[in-house]
Formats: sequence, structure tokens, C-alpha cells
Amino acid sequence: MTTYGSKATRFGFGEGLAELGERDERIVVLGGDITGSVLTSLFKEKFPDRFFSMGIAEQNATTVAAGLALSGKVPFFASYGAFCALRNADQLRISVCYNEANVKIGGGHSGISVGPDGATHQILEDIALLHALPHMTLVVPCDYLEAKKATIAIGEMVGPAYIRFGRESTPMFTTDETPFRLGKGEVFRDGNDVAIIACGPMVWEGLVAAEELAKEGIQARVINIHTIKPLDEEIIAQAARECGAIVTAEEAQIIGGFGSAVAQAVVKNHPVPMEFVGVTDTFGGSGTPTELMKAFGLTSTDIYNSVKKVLMRRSGQWNGFQRMTEVGTEGQHPQNYPKPGTVFPIEELIEADRQAAAEQAA
Amino acid sequence: MPFTNERHSPEKLAEIAREIRRDIIRSLVVAKSGHSGGPLGSADIFAVLYMGGVMNHDPQNPAMPGRDRFILSAGHMCPVLYATLANAGFFPKSELLTLRKFGSRLQGHPGRDMHLPGIESSTGSLGQGLSIAVGMAMSDKLVDRNNARVYALTGDGELQEGSIWEAVMSAAHYGLDNFCMIVDNNDCQIDGRVPDVMNIYPLREKFESFNFHVIECDGNNTAELLAAFDEAKATKGKPTCIIARTYMGNGVSFMQDKYEWHGKPPSEDQAKVALEELGVSQ
Repeated sequence: MTTYGSKATRFGFGEGLAELGERDERIVVLGGDITGSVLTSLFKEKFPDRFFSMGIAEQNATTVAAGLALSGKVPFFASYGAFCALRNADQLRISVCYNEANVKIGGGHSGISVGPDGATHQILEDIALLHALPHMTLVVPCDYLEAKKATIAIGEMVGPAYIRFGRESTPMFTTDETPFRLGKGEVFRDGNDVAIIACGPMVWEGLVAAEELAKEGIQARVINIHTIKPLDEEIIAQAARECGAIVTAEEAQIIGGFGSAVAQAVVKNHPVPMEFVGVTDTFGGSGTPTELMKAFGLTSTDIYNSVKKVLMRRSGQWNGFQRMTEVGTEGQHPQNYPKPGTVFPIEELIEADRQAAAEQAA
Repeated sequence: MPFTNERHSPEKLAEIAREIRRDIIRSLVVAKSGHSGGPLGSADIFAVLYMGGVMNHDPQNPAMPGRDRFILSAGHMCPVLYATLANAGFFPKSELLTLRKFGSRLQGHPGRDMHLPGIESSTGSLGQGLSIAVGMAMSDKLVDRNNARVYALTGDGELQEGSIWEAVMSAAHYGLDNFCMIVDNNDCQIDGRVPDVMNIYPLREKFESFNFHVIECDGNNTAELLAAFDEAKATKGKPTCIIARTYMGNGVSFMQDKYEWHGKPPSEDQAKVALEELGVSQ
């Protein structure tokens, strides 16, 4: 697969929502103050009468959405995932899911790639929570166009749904012809030596890793799982049987996350060695998206390393004990966020102050 | 040299606030992201709190037992808190230029995991800081029974969070007269004017009906702020809410009272103009 530029998945959500508004008059949108960031502003401009500003009150917006849904509307509420997946978790559980209310949530600024806003705004635990909720449909699109298709698809299905999208531009590589059906994974690259199963923009990183591996004669199958719930367990079981080793990749916590869901499907059907690329039980921090993706081990290189490791395990070359948060081959674990004072040593800062004071005096 | 924390004149405090504003601009322009409007608008409140002899704190001993504590519930406004703490001597001023950078103690929203002196709690999910401050005030007044005071600043858009009113109810229920919240009332939030996004008014009546002592003042006037904090300290039996009316972006003409400046930094050219307006010609 090749890229044709890059665009953030949040634009796919915003544009898809505006298109849905044309198709279905029951669509209403609730704003949580940051409508420009999560692109519900596009719907607001087109359909001001079906847009309701709810202020910075995510718990209320979620529950109000349930009320609208129980009155026959199809409400979308979007905010940053930090505030519309976990802050309102109880409202999602009871008012939305237990009610089977036809509420759609758009969770923006997901993952570590949010960048300089830091840990509070980098939601990494949403997948773990959301795929545990009965009746919830959870979609994590891999690029802009898939985000647009997915938004329209969840608007057209009946029942609670959550779509997770990102702030930063990521490669666009699916086309109008790429199949998209909720609950159905897609093989994006054929191969039988190992399977790389990924969600979100990590699918692209998986494809890049697969190209590197191919240079060494390792043919990786790359599977895009855009719907984490309901999970396409067949395509996963088939990959386990035919490839014999699996690496998952996600921009989220590996504990309870996407990789956990895939692992459950694998061990129920055809246990094979697995490795997990994702955030390893730690919070994020400020930095550029590129710095953070590298530090937290979320690049194609990390997927490549994990493939190497899972193949060593399969061939019996490596049998050591490893913790579930250990990622990559030995000596190549992600560094995660630097300890305070390591990037900017305090002595240097004090010296800089001293020099500034001396210059001012002179 | 850091500024001392004493009963400076209102004029001197206004001058300190101008230096805080300059540091906010200097740090944001290097960070290339972050919030300009709220931090600039509330600089006077921070100058008075930390360097006007209002808070009992020791920059050399930031964990001093029995100290007064401040919680920035509106965590995104941290550029003003960082600039204030640096000017008060909690850490080197040059560190302000690391704002939002990889490995910086000055995170995009305050992170306690980075151990920056003066940061009492991680904040950034609106509303939560106020409840944390109530918990601290309960610890001081009801458990330790010391004389320490707890201050918390919220935005006005932040008052839309339901949990704010749970915090307010509990502070009044326990008669926390050692608790003082400040509402940075600039009437702006990302999506527009506060009453257009989700109306919060009337405010005085809301807080009074929750059994708070309410003081309204000009939050860009250091003399009025000094008087407000004096009155809050003298109030017994109930918590105080200071509704500080401010202008978003105060001190920089092209940002003043414009909600568009809630969440973005100045460009290099804009920063130059801003610094000139704030009294630095470079």
C-alpha cells in the first residue's frame, strides 16, 4: 500500500458527521466547547438547528444524549477522549449502554500523539474501558478516509458506538475502494510468516515494518482491525493458524487494550506466541508527537523488533520469562518519558539564570 | 533575582504582574503551542497571591509543613502559574523556556510526576482541582487543625462542570473558612462567550445560595485583589469565592477580550509586539 499524503483522522470524523447530517434528519450533535478541535464545528455550520452547545460538562452531555436517543434522535457527542470516554464512564455504562441508547461518541485527541498538551489529555485507557462495556461498538479507524466511512457507518447502525480519532496528521493509505464493514477486519498485506494485527494509525506503522521484514525474506500478514468491538475473531483465529505468531500494535495501554482483546481471541482458538506494541503501563507527557511515539515505542521499528522477538520465541531461540509490559527485543525496550532533570539538567538552568543576571548587571 | 513575598504596594504588584506577562509570552512563543488568553488575563491575581504577602509559602522549602497551598483547577492556564513560581524563586527562570518540551518539568498541563517545585497536584481535567483543594482544606482545618489556607483558581467556563458544584457544596457544608476559590471571570472559552456556550450566570447568587461568602472585584486591579484576599482571610465560618472579573489576554491589546486567544500561542512577530506593549523593547 502507498500513501497519498496525510491528514488527521479527526477531519474524517467531522466531514463524515456533516455528510450524515445530510442523509438523516434525526442526527443531532452536542458540543462540549472544543467543537473546532474535534470538528463538530463542520456540522454546526451546516445544521445550526440540530447542534446544541452543552458547555464543558461531559457527564451531562453524555446523559442528555441518552435522553435524546430515547426520544428517537441519533445524537453524537464529541470531546477529547479523556473527557468523553473516562470522565463520563458511569454515564456511558448505565445511561447509554445499559439503556442500549442509540448514542454515538466521538473521542478526539486520542493516544500519545496529542503531543505538547501532555499526559492529562493523552487518553490511553479508553480502549480498555470501552470494549468491556456490553452493547458498545468501538471503532478505531486507521486513516482519514476510514474515519469518514466509520463515522457514517456508526451513524447508520443502531446502538451505542464510540469512534476514536487523533489530533495529528497521519498517512492516508486507504481509498474509496478499500472495503469497510463494521465488525470485519481486513488483510492489508498478505503473508504467512507472522501476523501484525493493528488498529488506528498503527496499521500504517505495521505496513512499514512489514516492508522492512520482507527485505529479510519474512512475509508478514498485516491486518487492519478497525472495529475492536464486535471483534472479528475469525480473521484473528485464521491468522493464528496460518501465521503461527502475532504482534499487535495500538496507540493505547497494552494492559486491557486492543492487544488483550486479540490475545483472548487467539488463546480461545489457536494459541501462538504473541507480542504487544503499545504503551506499557505508564502515563504520557509533553513533547512533539514524533518524539513521543519514538520514546513510548510506537513506531514501525518497535513493531519490527517485536516481530523479531516473537519469531525467536516461536523457534525456541528465546524462552526467558518476561513481564507483560516488556516490549521489543532485549536492550530495545521503549525508554518512555524521561525522568525530570534528565533532558534539562537543573544545574544548567541555574547557570543560565546566573549568566542572564550577569548580562543584565553589565 | 526573584521577587519577595510581602505586602508590596499595588503599583509594585502590577509591575510584577507585567513581568509575569512578559514571561508568559516568552515561554509560549518558544513552546509554539499552549494557552495565552487566560494566563495573561489572570497575571495580577497570581502576582498578588504569591508575591503580595497573601500566601504563606517558602520557595526554598516548597514542601514546608503547614504552608498555604494553591491548586490551579484550570490546569491549561499553567503558563501563568509557571511564570509566577519562577518569579517567586521556586525554580530558575530560564526553565520557563522549556515549557511543553519533551522532558520538561513544565508540562502542557501541570504534572505532579515531574516534581516541579510549587506544583501541589496534577490538574487539567476541568473541575477536579477544586475538589482536590477542598480535600486539602478539610485536611488542614478538620484533621490537622492548623492555620493553613488553601486557594484554588477555576475558569468561568469551568463552572459548567457539574463536579464544581459538588465541591462547592462540600466546602460550605464543612464551613471551610480556610478555603478560598477564585473564579477567573473573563467570560471567554474556546467556543465563544461563556453565556453563549452555556450560561453560568448569575454567579453571586449561585455561590451565596450555596452558603459561600462572595466577593466581586476587578481581577486586573492589584489594590482590589489585595482587599479581596484580606476580606477572605477575615471571613469566619464559611468559605469564600472571589469572582475576579478579568479580561482575557489583558495587557496585550490585540488579545484583550478575544476568546480566539484561549488556546493558542503568539507567533514570533506577535510576541515581539506583545513584549513591546508590556514594556520590553527587543
